[in-house]
Amino acid sequence: MENLLTRHRNLSVLAAVLFAQLFGLAVQVRSNNPQQTRLIRIWAITAVTPLEKVIVYTQSSVYGVWHNYLYLRGVRQENRDLKAEIERLRLEQVRLSEDATQARRLQALLAFKNQYTIKTTAAQVIGSSGSEQSQSLYLDKGKRDGLDKGMAVITAAGVVGKILLVSDHTAQVLLINDQSSGLGAVLESARTPASDQGRVHGTVGGNRAGETVMKNVLLGEDVQPGDQVLTSGGDGIFPKGLPVGQVSKVSQADSFLQIRLRPAADLSRLEEVLVVTKLEEVAPPATDVAGGGQRAVDILAARLPGVPTKADSTADGPKKPQGPQTPVPGPANPPVPQNAAANPRNVGPLPVPRADAAANLRKISKPNNFKPAAVVGNSAGNGPQ
Amino acid sequence: MRLSQTSPEQVEVYRFNWLVASAVPALAIFFQAFVPVRLHFFSIFDLPLLVTIFFGVARRNPVSGLLTGCFIGLVQDSLTHHPLGVYGIAKTVVGFGASSLGAKLDVENAASRFLVTYGFYLLHQFLYFSVQRGLVGQAMDWSWSHELLAGLANAIAAVVLFAALDRFKQRI
Repeated sequence: MENLLTRHRNLSVLAAVLFAQLFGLAVQVRSNNPQQTRLIRIWAITAVTPLEKVIVYTQSSVYGVWHNYLYLRGVRQENRDLKAEIERLRLEQVRLSEDATQARRLQALLAFKNQYTIKTTAAQVIGSSGSEQSQSLYLDKGKRDGLDKGMAVITAAGVVGKILLVSDHTAQVLLINDQSSGLGAVLESARTPASDQGRVHGTVGGNRAGETVMKNVLLGEDVQPGDQVLTSGGDGIFPKGLPVGQVSKVSQADSFLQIRLRPAADLSRLEEVLVVTKLEEVAPPATDVAGGGQRAVDILAARLPGVPTKADSTADGPKKPQGPQTPVPGPANPPVPQNAAANPRNVGPLPVPRADAAANLRKISKPNNFKPAAVVGNSAGNGPQ
Repeated sequence: MRLSQTSPEQVEVYRFNWLVASAVPALAIFFQAFVPVRLHFFSIFDLPLLVTIFFGVARRNPVSGLLTGCFIGLVQDSLTHHPLGVYGIAKTVVGFGASSLGAKLDVENAASRFLVTYGFYLLHQFLYFSVQRGLVGQAMDWSWSHELLAGLANAIAAVVLFAALDRFKQRI
């Protein structure tokens, strides 16, 4: 036996090393507990990430010096453009807050629970897994910065992934285009109803080529290129209503549609991301219900020009619509303009479509302007909190 | 093309400075993790695999080759979210194969290096996918066109990389 092992020394060592790894692999797969190998992973990450951090910070510093001090050509023009943009956004903000107020009133009446992104932390992408089969990234912040396993990672453009592993100073993020990734999503298009019922639900993940795809959508569903895909909030990780991507191609497989997405966040060029460190689901306060005990139908009726109120049908004769004259209590409610009844937008009671909210979010907050603890609005009409 | 069978006496065996032997795999893993963040297409390359093949072929010692492959593969595994051992097993076999092949064949010129790397890349991917599907139970799609193209890219990269690393060889 000993002679045999000596004669085939190389093969014996190969067999032993392979057996050891296969055994270790079997134990990991059987237990399905990532904590078993946590220490080894932390060592490897600790060995690799410091150099990555040094390079990223050096690169950022050089870029910052160049961009902030040396390359100031066109700043005046940019300043003028930005001021004009601010004016435009202020007008947009007034419109959005008005719509948000309406949405809150209706949500309160329906006992609809809102998901609020209470707190986020900005982090820089410093590395990746380096494998095509593992779509994951490393962030320069970890447990000491308040990050934890399972937290959602987003950008102003859309969702990125979730945290898989956290060490003291780094965190590993599983991107949404990984094959093992999965997040609850809904399709939103002009053809689908505003309520969640009747919308096309599915799971967003990745395929072998690292493309983002929507799975589990049955054949026969009305899905077309250009449709928006948003988070459904059902997975309890991602806030509801965040943009996931846009349908780029639809084809048919066995009994499901094969839906390829163009991710809202550019997953191949991520530099800075936001980690949602606190997410709460709360019902709107009762004071948000318009007019104290006033019913939503009365508010809407008051805003619909030409539709008589109950009082109008009495012998008192026709009256002006009540809505604009009725002050709406609550600190969150802005004053309603006097000409609101004449404004066709005020007729529509529905909240701002989420795609609009997301588009506004994108306009307001560009990826390079992340601030720590910036808060991102999520569901319909809430806007930045 | 010079890809001929040679007797063990004809084949030259090289060794490496300990600093080179440890720094080159570490740098390969570092670049593999860092560069794709800035240049996404870079993830098509597998620098740790190329380094495993280079050391295996140059040292021509199967035990050393398989241990180098095992170590590099396990470190690479620990940077992914997959179980440890998937890359480890694939690179162990490649390290063993490369050093065994290096002991029998003279693979010193560009053309033979291209072919050897191309072959080992496909073997590596086959092993990786087999382990992932068969042992880990993860559904993964195999794409021939992608693998053949990636093999080509890695083989070209290997020719350049091996020529650069040849400077660190020390003849025994």
